[in-house]
Amino acid sequence: MRISFKKSNRTLIVRIEGELDHHTAVETREQIDKEINKNNINKLIFDFENLQFMDSSGIGVIIGRYKQIKGLDGKVAITNPNPQVERIINISGLHKIIPIFKSVQSAMDNM
Amino acid sequence: MTIQNEMKVEFLNKSSNESFARVVVAAFVSQLDPTVEELADIKTAVSEAVTNAIIHGYENTSGYVTLYCKLKDDIVEIIVEDKGKGIEDVELARQPLYTTHPEMERSGMGFTVMETFMDEVQVESVPGQGTKVKMIKKINSSRQ
Repeated sequence: MRISFKKSNRTLIVRIEGELDHHTAVETREQIDKEINKNNINKLIFDFENLQFMDSSGIGVIIGRYKQIKGLDGKVAITNPNPQVERIINISGLHKIIPIFKSVQSAMDNM
Repeated sequence: MTIQNEMKVEFLNKSSNESFARVVVAAFVSQLDPTVEELADIKTAVSEAVTNAIIHGYENTSGYVTLYCKLKDDIVEIIVEDKGKGIEDVELARQPLYTTHPEMERSGMGFTVMETFMDEVQVESVPGQGTKVKMIKKINSSRQ
C-alpha cells in the first residue's frame, strides 16, 4: 500500500495505491489525519484509481474521515473505484452519504 | 472433467497474513476458472473472515488461524477457523454495523460482506474455544 497527497487550497486529494485492509488501515488513517490537521482541510477526495482491493476495514477508514470532515462543515468524495471496491462501497451504504465521481477533476468541480 | 481438490494452511494471527490468505485462496480457486468478479468476491469474503479471526478471535494474544478450502466441481467451500475466545451471541455479531471495536473504526460490516459475496455463510462458535466460519460459493463460469 502506498499513499500520497495533493493539496489545492483547502482540498486534500488522497491517493491510495495497492490494498486497503485491516493491516494497512491504521497507517492510512494516521497519515490522512495528520494531513487534515496540518493543512486546515475542509474538502477530502479519496482517489481510488490505483486501489486494487478494499474490504470493510476500508469502510471504517472512510467513515472515520467523513465524520471528521463533517465536523468541520466540509465535504468528502470518492473517485475512480474499481468494480470490487465500488461493490463494498455500495453494500455498506457509503454511496448514500459520499458522492462517487469518475475523475478527481469532476469531483473538484462538483463539490 | 471433474475437479476435486482440497488444501489447508495455518498461519499466525498477524495482520500481514490477511493479504497472504487472500492470495492463497485466489490462487487455489483459480483451478475452477472463475470470473474476475467471482474471484474478487471470494478474496473479499476471505479477507473479512480472516480479519475477524485475527482481531476478535485472538485479540491481543497469539494463535493460529486455519484456512481450509475445498473444490468440488463448481462449488468452493472455505472454512476459516480460530481457537480464540469465541462469540457469545452469533446472531448479534452477524447484524450489519454491529461492532465490539468502534474505537478501532471497525465498520461492523464484515459478516454482511461475507453474506453478500458468498452463497452461504455458517458460523459456529463456542465461547472460550473458538470460531469456525464456513462459506460456500458456486462458480458459474466453471468449465465442466
